[in-house]
Amino acid sequence: MGDLQIKKQPKKYDAVIVGSGAGGGMAAYILANAGLKVCIVEAGPLYDPVKNVTQFKNPWDSPRRGASTKYRPFGDFDACYGGWDIEGEPYTKASGTEWDWFRGRMLGGRTNHWGRISLRFGPKDFKRRSIDGLGENWPISYDDIKPFYDRVDRLVGIFGTQEGMENEPDGIFLPPPRPRLHELMIKNAATQAGVKVIPSRLSILTQQLPDNKERPACAFCGQCSRNCSYYKADFSSPNVLIYPAMKTGNIDILSNAMAREVLTNNEGLATGVSYVSKDDMQEYQVEGRVVILAASACESARLLLNSKSARHPNGLANSSNVVGKYLHDSTGAAVGGVIPALFDRKRYNEDGVGGMHVYSPWWLDNKKLDFPRGYHIEYWGGMGQPAYGFNWGIESLNGKFLVKEKKKEAGGYGASLKEDYRFFYGAGVGMAGRGEAVAYEHNYCEIDPHVVDKYGIPVLRFNVKWSEHEIKQAKHMKETFKEIMHNMGAVITWGGDDGPENNYGLNKPGEIIHEAGTVRMGDDARRSALNKWSQAHDCKNVFCVDGGQFVSQADKNITWTILALSMRASEYIIDEMKKQNL
Amino acid sequence: MDRRKSLKLIATGALAGGALAAGCNADDKKADAKKADELKLNLDRYEPELAHEKALAARGKFFTEAEIATITVLADIIIPKDEISGSASDAKVPEFIEYIVKDMPQHQLPMRGGLRWLDMQCLKRYGKSFTACTDQQKIAMVDDIAYPEKVKPELKQGAAFFSLVRNLTATGFYTSEIGVKDIGYAGNAPNKWNGVPDEVLKQYRLAYTEKELKECVKFDA
Repeated sequence: MGDLQIKKQPKKYDAVIVGSGAGGGMAAYILANAGLKVCIVEAGPLYDPVKNVTQFKNPWDSPRRGASTKYRPFGDFDACYGGWDIEGEPYTKASGTEWDWFRGRMLGGRTNHWGRISLRFGPKDFKRRSIDGLGENWPISYDDIKPFYDRVDRLVGIFGTQEGMENEPDGIFLPPPRPRLHELMIKNAATQAGVKVIPSRLSILTQQLPDNKERPACAFCGQCSRNCSYYKADFSSPNVLIYPAMKTGNIDILSNAMAREVLTNNEGLATGVSYVSKDDMQEYQVEGRVVILAASACESARLLLNSKSARHPNGLANSSNVVGKYLHDSTGAAVGGVIPALFDRKRYNEDGVGGMHVYSPWWLDNKKLDFPRGYHIEYWGGMGQPAYGFNWGIESLNGKFLVKEKKKEAGGYGASLKEDYRFFYGAGVGMAGRGEAVAYEHNYCEIDPHVVDKYGIPVLRFNVKWSEHEIKQAKHMKETFKEIMHNMGAVITWGGDDGPENNYGLNKPGEIIHEAGTVRMGDDARRSALNKWSQAHDCKNVFCVDGGQFVSQADKNITWTILALSMRASEYIIDEMKKQNL
Repeated sequence: MDRRKSLKLIATGALAGGALAAGCNADDKKADAKKADELKLNLDRYEPELAHEKALAARGKFFTEAEIATITVLADIIIPKDEISGSASDAKVPEFIEYIVKDMPQHQLPMRGGLRWLDMQCLKRYGKSFTACTDQQKIAMVDDIAYPEKVKPELKQGAAFFSLVRNLTATGFYTSEIGVKDIGYAGNAPNKWNGVPDEVLKQYRLAYTEKELKECVKFDA
């Protein structure tokens, strides 16, 4: 290996941002547009949706027809590099616990393929402890964040409808797309079951934004998971934040740069970030007046815990000892089946936008239930683009239903079988709950004392278990879904038989990829890592603007709140710099 | 000896005979490596992923010629040409199965063992391997394993194998250009979504509410 030298980047930045997803992208956008010099340290390669294209490909453009690999766990056309299992970057789990950790490794991270479900937290979501005595209240309220949600709506674009629900605040919405056929059926069936169904709220431009001509409107290909290369009509950090902000000339990106530590000086203040280049395996340092962590909840916690110094012996921003703790993911459970009324249906293009056109926000009062916290329901179905797995398992379908009024034996072959495939196409339907787990101190990630990754960086060891609350919530989800399926005349083909033996089909923690809570904010510096400005209590020029800062995560996908909080923290930084406090 | 090699050797044993040497000699390996080097995919790949794809292409074929011949016959029995579309082999389904079984190790043993099971059944019944049987014999054999709910207990392994071949064939066929057209998938093209066509709404006795018509995005026809 020879002598190991640390090379210092000659340029000094106003801000060094670790990570380029929703939190990092927004921070870079706001700071660069305010004239600050910004350096983004990204652990994955550069990626430009305009050049790195999987949109509008046909199934046969993938030799595995869109099947997944460990490099693309969501399939060959999915736009996210990374996965559950990254070569040379292990993580460990305490025995008897479960955690699956998905990591994006590319410019823009997981924003390149996410579901675009863009829900505001409501007033109650910031004050759950006051309502049910569990977890902790946020140090901010809905009123503090509302102006930033409004600005994110205008800047990024979102569709939805004015509903006036107390805890599902309305935004500044573009018009939603009309429901698809199965979604009309779901709406009727769910309404019968007392479940409210409203247009979904996705960050997809059904119309052009009034003051942004760079992003055309959606062309309804339904492929947001591939990122919108041709129209930039959905939100991804590269298309909407980073590349537009690069035009200021104020952003440099260090790609394939794996952050090792946040560097601090004798006064305990951050001076920059050290990283290893995956391209040349050399060690580097980059200096900044502030360091902003946006590496994802767990990576940001890992960085802080690995940044030990005489002034910060327990890791940076961790005198409270909360970094890594309160780790929680959304809950998830699902069922799927077929709608016999849709057999032999007429064909037309119903791709629509990527994902569901309608959804169900949480509709019940937990005071009347045996679990705290709610969930929303996501729906799918219809005549999607065939991919690997398509038409798999006909033998469990074609013996159960009359095909063109004929009784058939399950399985088969030949012309009769081809008729069956045509008959059943587009009749699938399914639904999944995404609920709020309680953030507990005893669910955490920590530095594994025995294991390092290929760069010599100590890795995380997870220690997470679901509580009774989440399991009861999953049970409720399944009961609700069965009722909706029944009302629709649908036949459940999977997910209908789960019970206490498998936690009612509750996904393993981490699997929903909404991890949060590990660097939480709070007013009390003894019980939180950050103050209400996403700023470290112990180190005023360190900020964390990703899911780490969350006190709790509601039953709302967290990206919209990451964007709003990152915008808010970034403007606070600009302000504090002007006042010469930073 | 690695697992793949030992499987290959077992396969050379009885039935498949002379066809097996193919795909293993040095020239072929060089050709595969060259092909892998020139590998061009019509979709974005990042670095370690592209390296994986090249390594896969350089690895040589998984199935022997005799095995792929059997797969081709089975695939065309499962998806024959009809008045609407072509056959599985028209849609290059055997090539897809070769690739995907190489790509997904979980399919390798069930396919290799299932193919051998099929040949051994035919050998017992007709004194010949499956591909050497007459069309009538082939269909009689397939009829015995194509219906998993009424299969004889002693042929259940054959039904499991046939279901796997049917599923691989169907998924390969309906993700090909011929198959996508057959199934009638009408998307993957820029358009303006105006909701469910009127005649379809009528067919299902459904309608958009006033609220939906007012608040949803609409486009001139």
